[in-house]
Amino acid sequence: MLTSVSLTHYLIVSGILFSLGIFGVVTRRNAILVLMGIELILNSANINFIAFSRYRGMNLDGQAVAIFVIILAAAEAAVALAIVLNIYQRFNTVNVDDISKMKE
Amino acid sequence: MSLYDYIFYSFAAVTLVSAGVVVFSRNIIYSAFSLLFTFFGVAGLYVLLNADFLAVTQLLIYVGGILILLLFGVMLTNKVVSVDIKTGTLQTVPATILISLTAGTLCGIFYVTDWRVVSSPPVTSTTTYQLGEMLMTTYLLPFEVASIVLLVALIGAAIIARKEKQPAN
Repeated sequence: MLTSVSLTHYLIVSGILFSLGIFGVVTRRNAILVLMGIELILNSANINFIAFSRYRGMNLDGQAVAIFVIILAAAEAAVALAIVLNIYQRFNTVNVDDISKMKE
Repeated sequence: MSLYDYIFYSFAAVTLVSAGVVVFSRNIIYSAFSLLFTFFGVAGLYVLLNADFLAVTQLLIYVGGILILLLFGVMLTNKVVSVDIKTGTLQTVPATILISLTAGTLCGIFYVTDWRVVSSPPVTSTTTYQLGEMLMTTYLLPFEVASIVLLVALIGAAIIARKEKQPAN
């Protein structure tokens, strides 16, 4: 198992990271922990992009796409946290099970 | 086993163990702080993949920006001294089965597939110059669109998070 590091090793790390992120998104009740799970998923996607870019002859297109993924993750985190704070002010909880109503 | 392999395995271990703490910890503060180590581990993997610019970007944006935002979110929405900070989980058993199936399938596919690797000479230069050139030529339109998306998202976030003004009667 512990062989010389190749593309497969990076892909497996990103696969496990992706699964952990999905686990966080589906099991946790706290909205902020759901956001953390999404960040893990985006990071695993980025590892894939950069690993393929490295092992396909240092083709930098993958890294350029990874930059856009990071930009969108930042925008997503800002908007989502603003929504979570607003929900907390209105419902006094961030438990995603309790906020199933669109309106009080 | 060369030095590169040892460094890879240590970064991968840091990433995966701290990601496990993020997901499984009952205390949301522990989750938020171990997310820091996950981001550091991923940045280390980027360095090993010759993505120096992206590793620094990862540290600046994820650790310096997104993680701080998440911590603010945690602090503003939980009473730190109360037991409220321990957060529950739901449907753990079915989720565990589903996720282990997903992880097994993904890793099996990654392991079995015969990836066609293009060998490249060892990289000696940094990628920043080339990436900047690409962002100004091939990816100019996505780059400009991304800047507008960021602007709109930040204005929108500021408006959403602001307290609503009571209408004057």
